[in-house]
Amino acid sequence: MAVVFGRTKGLTEKQTHYCPGCTHGIIHRLVGEVLEELDILGKAIGVAPVGCSVFAYEYFNCDMHEAAHGRAPAVATGIKRVLPESVVFTYQGDGDLAAIGTAEIVHAAHRGEKITTIFVNNTIYGMTGGQMAPTTLIGQKATTAPEGRKEELAGKPIKMSELLATIDGAAFVERVSVHNVANIRKAKKAIKGAFETQLAGAGFSIVEVLSTCPTNWGLTPPRAMKWLEENMIPYYPLGNLRRPEGGK
Amino acid sequence: MTKVLMKGNEALGAAAIKAGCKYFFGYPITPQSELPEFMARELPKIGGVFLQAESEIAAINMVYGAAGAGERVLTSSSSLGIALKQEGISYIAGAELPCVIINISRGGPGLGNIQPSQSDYFMVTRGGGNGDYRHPAYAPATVQEAVDLTMEAFNVADYYRTPVIIQGDGMLGQMMEPVEFNEPKKRDLPPKDWATKGTGGKREPNIVTSLLLATQDLEDHNWKLDRKYKEIEKNEVMYEMYRMEDAEIVLVAYGTTSRIVKNAIETLREEGIKAGLIRPITIWPYPSKAFDEIPDSAKAILTVEMSTGQMLDDVKIANEGRLPVYFYGRTGGMVPTPDAVIAKAKEILGGVE
Amino acid sequence: MATEKVIMAGFGGQGIMSAGQLLAYAGMLKDKEVSWLPSYGPEMRGGAANCAVMISDSPIGSPIIINDATSAIIMNLPSLDKFENSVVEDGVLIVNSSLVKRKVSRDDIRVYYIKATDIANELGNSRVANMVLLGAYIEITKIVGIDTALEAFKKVYGPSKEHLLPLNKKALEIGAAEARQTNFK
Repeated sequence: MAVVFGRTKGLTEKQTHYCPGCTHGIIHRLVGEVLEELDILGKAIGVAPVGCSVFAYEYFNCDMHEAAHGRAPAVATGIKRVLPESVVFTYQGDGDLAAIGTAEIVHAAHRGEKITTIFVNNTIYGMTGGQMAPTTLIGQKATTAPEGRKEELAGKPIKMSELLATIDGAAFVERVSVHNVANIRKAKKAIKGAFETQLAGAGFSIVEVLSTCPTNWGLTPPRAMKWLEENMIPYYPLGNLRRPEGGK
Repeated sequence: MTKVLMKGNEALGAAAIKAGCKYFFGYPITPQSELPEFMARELPKIGGVFLQAESEIAAINMVYGAAGAGERVLTSSSSLGIALKQEGISYIAGAELPCVIINISRGGPGLGNIQPSQSDYFMVTRGGGNGDYRHPAYAPATVQEAVDLTMEAFNVADYYRTPVIIQGDGMLGQMMEPVEFNEPKKRDLPPKDWATKGTGGKREPNIVTSLLLATQDLEDHNWKLDRKYKEIEKNEVMYEMYRMEDAEIVLVAYGTTSRIVKNAIETLREEGIKAGLIRPITIWPYPSKAFDEIPDSAKAILTVEMSTGQMLDDVKIANEGRLPVYFYGRTGGMVPTPDAVIAKAKEILGGVE
Repeated sequence: MATEKVIMAGFGGQGIMSAGQLLAYAGMLKDKEVSWLPSYGPEMRGGAANCAVMISDSPIGSPIIINDATSAIIMNLPSLDKFENSVVEDGVLIVNSSLVKRKVSRDDIRVYYIKATDIANELGNSRVANMVLLGAYIEITKIVGIDTALEAFKKVYGPSKEHLLPLNKKALEIGAAEARQTNFK
């Protein structure tokens, strides 16, 4: 019998700890597939964040380095500067990248650090139990925004991709979503484009992936997908914001 | 080898390069900026990388990455910058990676000032970040010793897989003295088979982490670290006993302060007062055993520091209540004078009889 | 020899720091123990500059000079005000009398007034005033020879400044001659 669907070599056999319906699993798989298809698993070093994906180092089937909260781009910089021929990526959530690690991501992009960042934006602090993130939408409830995010208190949600796209060192910037099959396909294409940008030595590359958090949003997985589509995409528009000249 | 006259900060950088360090990540701060400036000039010449980070925190996390990738790596800063680096130092200690960190300290707390100070003693000897850890801390008194200890520090870091601190102050960083570069003693260094350099498809992935969620795993890890620290305490203690053979008063001082105390001791001895010095060279592990070698002639201990009394705690621990312990300190960039140390010693001996 | 403790002081740009380094280097070339300690930080920016040089047969203890300078080389008035009392009795004080118009008030030290800036200008380069005073210092203390100082010059200033060697040699020699002309009765 022909195998039509199997596990990617880019991921280990380890069962993930993610909640049912969480889209981290999809995003992990996309990254794993791209690492396998580009045949770069042997020279890949991943940097895991602090947040829900803190255990990413157990799931990606390559050398992995666990960073402090927000510092993944700095750790990745250290690795890449020592091993310029390697492929270095960070996998970070929105609390990690868009709050405590803002300086590190901005300056890694600014230096044109030849690393790839997978930025998973689910508008909430997941691991710590649903606190407000810099990306939480106006009116969206969180344990530290019990009546919903108020602009006069917390400002508007931060648009990291738009911010990073203003930086010349950021060669590839794209926002994608994984709430349906068509978008999952586009997401994989973007992730591949980001790694290809790194392989070409063109500069910093990042893919922001809009993601769900059924547990902390208090929604069933299907309703979470719908909530993402109806609420997040209007505020965080999908599409490529920057790619190297001549890039696809 | 011929001697060259070098500024402390530059000599520290040159020593690191001699020790095979090709990577430096740092952030400018007075009074140590000549060190990153030196590395910025010299590292590109040997195919290394100097990178000025956006912050002290980013710099130490770059060090964390580079150390994980298996290379000898250095960062340097001063006091408040080292305080910022504590996050990364704790991770590096927890993940058991080697690196060297140079602290050319200045006055505090807060922004303080840029003058010489020894008020970072607690921070660098107690494991300045979160968690149950320590790291070796060397306190050179001369530029030559700074060079020797920096080269040694890279070996010690690799041997034990630990961050190592070189603890100097603005005076040591800024002054020039003749130095020569000698090979440190050979150590049988283990291969870095844990490094995240890419599997090459030839082995299982390596993982660098300090995260151990299971309580038993973390306890096991902490006791493992503790055994390592005990090993370091057993093997790596360094100190100097200066004119101690017949000392009636034992002065204890480290780093640049020890030089001032040596001047005071010369004058005291010229006046017939038998003074000696215990000079810790490692401030962690602390040379407690030096206090077991204090001669019976000793009547009192006088600790001299450029702080309000931080090493004083270790002196009291090491002394185990055997002799009365006195303290003389200046802070804020005020440097103790030999005359003041002499006066304090005389006052103590006058009262001890 | 006892430890020679020299203060060199003036304002930024007078070559105080490099003259101090040169002296320390010359001492090292003669197998002496040496140290050079600068003032550092904001006070260096555009304002006062000073350094402490020690030369000795035995290891240098504290590199700091506190009112126990055996010699001082003073290149401007604020430096004289600051360091006049830092020299020990019978010590040496060399003053750049082109810029310092007052006399030293102490009579328990040996004072040399040398118009270093004027001499340097006559030599065509005001920047060698430091060398004029250093030449005087070397002549007075005999701590090293002028040849050693010139050897040290090459080390401190590097190959790019070697063409300035004859000018600096002349400045050192004139400084030495000026010192010889000073009489103490």
